[in-house]
Amino acid sequence: MAAQTLYDKLWDRHLVDTLPDGSSLLYIDRHLLHEVTSPQAFSGLRAVDRKPWRLDANVAVPDHAVPTRNRELGVSGIADLIARKQVKTLADNCREFDIELIELEDSRQGIVHVVGPEQGLTLPGMTIVCGDSHTSTHGAFATLAMGIGTSEVEHVLATQTLRTQKQKNMRVVFEGELQPGITAKDLILALIGRIGTAGGTGHAIEYAGSAIEGLSMEGRMTICNMSIEAGARAGMVAYDAKTQAFLEGRPRAPAGKEMEDAGLYWQTLRSDTDALFDLEEHFDVSDLKPQVSWGTSPEMVTSIDSTTPFLDAISDPSRRSNVSRALDYMGLKSGQPLKGLAIDKVFIGSCTNARIEDLREVANLVKGQKVSPRVKQALIVPGSGLVGLQAEREGLDDVFVRAGFEWRSAGCSMCLGMNDDRLSEGERCASTSNRNFEGRQGKGGRTHLMSPLMAAAAAIAGELTDVWEI
Amino acid sequence: MEPFETHQGIVIPFNRSNIDTDAIVPKQYLKMLEKTGYGPHLFDDERYLDPGDVDTPVSERRTNPDCVLNQPPYDQGSILLAQSNFGCGSSREHAVWALRDYGIRVVLAPSFGDIFFNNCFNNGLLPIILDQDLITELFQLCESERGFELTVDLLECKIKGAENSWSFSVEKGRRDNLLRGLDEIGLTLDRADAILTYENARRQLEPWLFR
Repeated sequence: MAAQTLYDKLWDRHLVDTLPDGSSLLYIDRHLLHEVTSPQAFSGLRAVDRKPWRLDANVAVPDHAVPTRNRELGVSGIADLIARKQVKTLADNCREFDIELIELEDSRQGIVHVVGPEQGLTLPGMTIVCGDSHTSTHGAFATLAMGIGTSEVEHVLATQTLRTQKQKNMRVVFEGELQPGITAKDLILALIGRIGTAGGTGHAIEYAGSAIEGLSMEGRMTICNMSIEAGARAGMVAYDAKTQAFLEGRPRAPAGKEMEDAGLYWQTLRSDTDALFDLEEHFDVSDLKPQVSWGTSPEMVTSIDSTTPFLDAISDPSRRSNVSRALDYMGLKSGQPLKGLAIDKVFIGSCTNARIEDLREVANLVKGQKVSPRVKQALIVPGSGLVGLQAEREGLDDVFVRAGFEWRSAGCSMCLGMNDDRLSEGERCASTSNRNFEGRQGKGGRTHLMSPLMAAAAAIAGELTDVWEI
Repeated sequence: MEPFETHQGIVIPFNRSNIDTDAIVPKQYLKMLEKTGYGPHLFDDERYLDPGDVDTPVSERRTNPDCVLNQPPYDQGSILLAQSNFGCGSSREHAVWALRDYGIRVVLAPSFGDIFFNNCFNNGLLPIILDQDLITELFQLCESERGFELTVDLLECKIKGAENSWSFSVEKGRRDNLLRGLDEIGLTLDRADAILTYENARRQLEPWLFR
C-alpha cells in the first residue's frame, strides 16, 4: 500500500461510502454540542420527527453565552434573559432528545474544547465534530477534528455521518529548541503571520518536528486550536507517549486491557515516513521571539521588539488599503513600535489558552507582582470548572487575586464577548484568545493576541512589553 | 431549502479581503434560536453607528451613511462582490442566515473560508469562486456603472452582464442539490444500511468508542 499521511489514515478508516455526486460520507465518532449552534439543528429534527442516530456519540455543554460570575445561581444567574433562554433551550433539547448534558452547575462544565480532552471524550483515531471552528483543538490527540455549521450539526445528529470532501495534505514542521518564555502560542502566531489566514485553506494540517514533539499536550492543543486561523478546518499531531500519558485515568478513556488494545492501534496513528504532502512548510523556531498581533486579522502579527508595518513600503494597493484600515481601527500609526503600547484590559482565557499549564505559567510570572493601576480590568477565566478547581488546589487563584486579577468561572468569556465580559469602544486588550477581528471582543474594541506569559507581563507593566525583560 | 436556478440582481461591491463571519453578523445576535430574523443585523457593526443587541429596535438606531448597504441603489442589491478569503473565521451558520435573510443569493470572491463555503450550499446561497482578474474587472464595472446588474445562471454555470458573460465552475453534487433544493439528511438516510454495516464493523475494532 502506498505511504499514507496521518490524515489519509484517519480519512480511510472513517469512510462509509462515496456518493454519486462525488462527495464522501464520513462516519463521526464524537459530536460535541453547545448552546449557540445547536438550537436550529434540534428544531430541524423536531420539524420532521427525526431522532438522533446514536445517543452515546453526543455530549453537550453550555459555554459561549454563559456568565463568568454568579455561577452559584445556575441558569437563573444569567442576567441576559435572551442568553438565559438559549442555555435553557440547550438543556430542554438534551432532555427531549436524550442527549448527555454537562450542566452549568456541574464542576466539569467549561469550554467544549477543554472539556472533551479533560474527560477522555477525545480519543486518538476518532473523528470529532462540533458546531465551532476551534474543534481543530482535538487534533492534538491524532484525531480528525473539525468545525461544522448548524445544518451539518443536524445532519450528524440524524445520520452519524458528514457529507464532505477530502482535503489536501499539508505538513508544518517546527524545528529547533524554543528560547525560554517562548510558548506554543508564539509558534502558531508566527506561522499564521508567515503563511496568512488562507495559507492552509483546503488542507488538513499535520504539525510535526522536534519543537512539536517537545511540547506538552496542552501546547499541542494550542497549536491545533488555531489551525482555522490559518484557514485549515483540521490540524493534527501524531500519537506518542505524551498522548498516552495524558489519557491515562481520564473518566471516558478506556482502562486496563482495553487501554492496552487501544494503545496498539493508536501507535499506528502517525504519517508513514515516506508519505507525501501536497504542501510543506518548514520553520526553524530556535530564534523565535515573543509574538504579538498588531492588526485585525491573526496574520497581522510580528515580534514584540518590532513595529507595525510601514505603509510606504507596501507596493500592492489592495494590501496597503487593508493594512491602513487595520491601523486606523487599532488606533496605531505606520511603523509604530509595539513595545510600550498602553493597554486597558487583559484577558487570559479561551479554548486556545485556558488550561492548567497556561495558568501555572501566568502564576509563576505574576507571583508577588501587581497589575498596573493603568489597567482597568484583568480577567483570568479557566477553561473548565475542573481546571479552576485544580488551580485553586495549587493556590494559583490566591496568587492571581493578590496580584489584582479577577478570578472567574469557566466559559468562552471575552474571547468573543457573548456574555458581559467585553471591551468598550476604543479599549485596548492584551488577550490570549484566537481572533483579533474588528469588534470581536466588543464593538470598537482593540485586541492584541499573544501568549499567556506575554499577557501576564503586559498586565504587570500596563503596556505591551517583552516577557524577556520582566 | 429554496432551489436556485438563476438569479438577477444589483451587485454590491465590498472591496475588502478577509471579511470574517464576526463582521457579517456580530456575536450578540448568536443568542437567537431561529434561522430567520438576522437580515437587519447583516454587517451590523458597520451598518449602524450605535451599538445594538437582539432587543434593540433597529428603527431607533442611526444608520452609517458610509456603509455600502445603506446607499441606494446598493440597498436593493442581492449579489455580493468581495475580495479573497470571504467568510473566514467562526463556523457560525448565522452568517449565512443573515446574508440570506437580508436577500443576498450570490457571493462572488476569489476565495472563501472553508466552513462558510460549506454552510452556503446548505442554505440556498451560491458562493462562486472567480479568478482574481475577473473579480478586479467586476469591481471596475461596478465603479463605472452604479447599480451594475448581473444574472447568475446555475443551469449553464454562467454569469451574464449586459455585454459579457463569464463561465464559472461548481462541484456537481453541490450544484445538483442547489438546483433541486434537496434535503441532504433524507438522501443520506437512504444509505442507512451502509452506515449501520460500517458502524457494526467499527464496534468490533474499537469497542471503547461505543459507550
